[in-house]
Amino acid sequence: MLTKRIIPCLDVRDGKVVKGVNFQGVRDIEDPVEMAAFYNECGADELVFYDITASFEERRLFADVLRRVAERIFIPLCVGGGVTGLEDFDRILNAGADKVSVNSGAIRDPDLIRRAARKYGDQCVVLSMDVKRVDGRYHVFARGGREDTGLDALEWCRRGQDLGAGELVLNSIDTDGVKTGFDLEMLRDVSACVSIPIIASGGAGSMEDFARLFRLPGVDAGLAASIFHFREVDIRDLKRFLAERGVNVRQTG
Amino acid sequence: MSVTAIVDYGVGNLFSLTSSVRAVGGRPVVTGDPDVLASADRILLPGVGAFGDAAEKLRATGLIPVLEERVRAGTPLMGICLGMQLLFQSSSEYGTHAGLGWLRGRVESLAEALRGTPEESLKVPHMGWNSLTFSDPSCPLLAGIPEGSFVYFVHSFYAVDCDDSLRAWAPYGVRVPALVSRENVYGCQFHPEKSGGVGLKILESFQRM
Repeated sequence: MLTKRIIPCLDVRDGKVVKGVNFQGVRDIEDPVEMAAFYNECGADELVFYDITASFEERRLFADVLRRVAERIFIPLCVGGGVTGLEDFDRILNAGADKVSVNSGAIRDPDLIRRAARKYGDQCVVLSMDVKRVDGRYHVFARGGREDTGLDALEWCRRGQDLGAGELVLNSIDTDGVKTGFDLEMLRDVSACVSIPIIASGGAGSMEDFARLFRLPGVDAGLAASIFHFREVDIRDLKRFLAERGVNVRQTG
Repeated sequence: MSVTAIVDYGVGNLFSLTSSVRAVGGRPVVTGDPDVLASADRILLPGVGAFGDAAEKLRATGLIPVLEERVRAGTPLMGICLGMQLLFQSSSEYGTHAGLGWLRGRVESLAEALRGTPEESLKVPHMGWNSLTFSDPSCPLLAGIPEGSFVYFVHSFYAVDCDDSLRAWAPYGVRVPALVSRENVYGCQFHPEKSGGVGLKILESFQRM
């Protein structure tokens, strides 16, 4: 049976890993290649990189970082950030990624999901969405969580699946960076309306948070950044902890 | 140093496969050149996407005769993911398509196999880390790998009626053939280049052939 996946997420800017708290106040941590190698050693099941750079020059630097990671790390790599067209899929996949995560770019141009799925296969297309409660509904936010699109998250994820997205990353803005646990209510409500794999993001603060997360039947993976980066939670310990609680995880020696 | 040819027929991204062959001490050459294939010490046949499309592209390269010749001559050849599926006789993915026929068996829809079973709710594609159960622990590609090790899968179709070549399988409602072989022809349904240390070990064993 498939294991539940533990996925560290690395935001990269100027060739360095950064982490925001509620998307603000980012600070530098370490070299992305070293971080990736470290996580690979610890038994991470996959790595997600977000390119949070803006300029063309920085984007080239990011592609170089990605290539150096992909030369050394032999687990799945998913990459997102600034993906607006098929040329971005090309650029990222050619640098060694296996999956491309699209967020705001798909909100502006939903057909991008269909075109990318047709060209590269569903398994390559990861629809990532930032979700926040507004007036008792789940709204999809764009531009790194700054802009309320008014889109209903349940409708958007159904549409994304229909267009050919192979996986969904559900990031809760309400719980992101506050380390009080994943947004179980939102994850349960949204995952119930699709059948593609769900990666939960936002709010992990402890090992127990992951154990609670994986009690939700529809969730396939848990993604986190700072608790791993700051070594508050060691992935090896986390896997052992989960296995003891009956969660099927991949343990590596 | 001996050459590991990676067949380039215009499907999929070969960056990781190339890097992983290099990581286990091999000399990878991505090629669509029949002369390079004819002199390679071993051959990897990659593949992603739909069976019919890939089979058509491979045929269009005109490389099949040289690959057949190499297989007959005993050169180790390993198909990966869709490349493994191509080794079988046929596939029912979007119509019926002929495969290379080097292994006995067919390729069929995993979703259809699960339909009506207690495991119907399993998600397809079968994507993620799953464990290996050995049917034949003496397979040289399984050397040094503990049974139950996890490898990374991404696929929606799977091989059936291939008992004579089955070396390892993964449980996913049905027994999903994971590693198959017959003489010098090998196939991995999973991605060894994405399966961490276990995958590298398999590639290293292949590299030693």
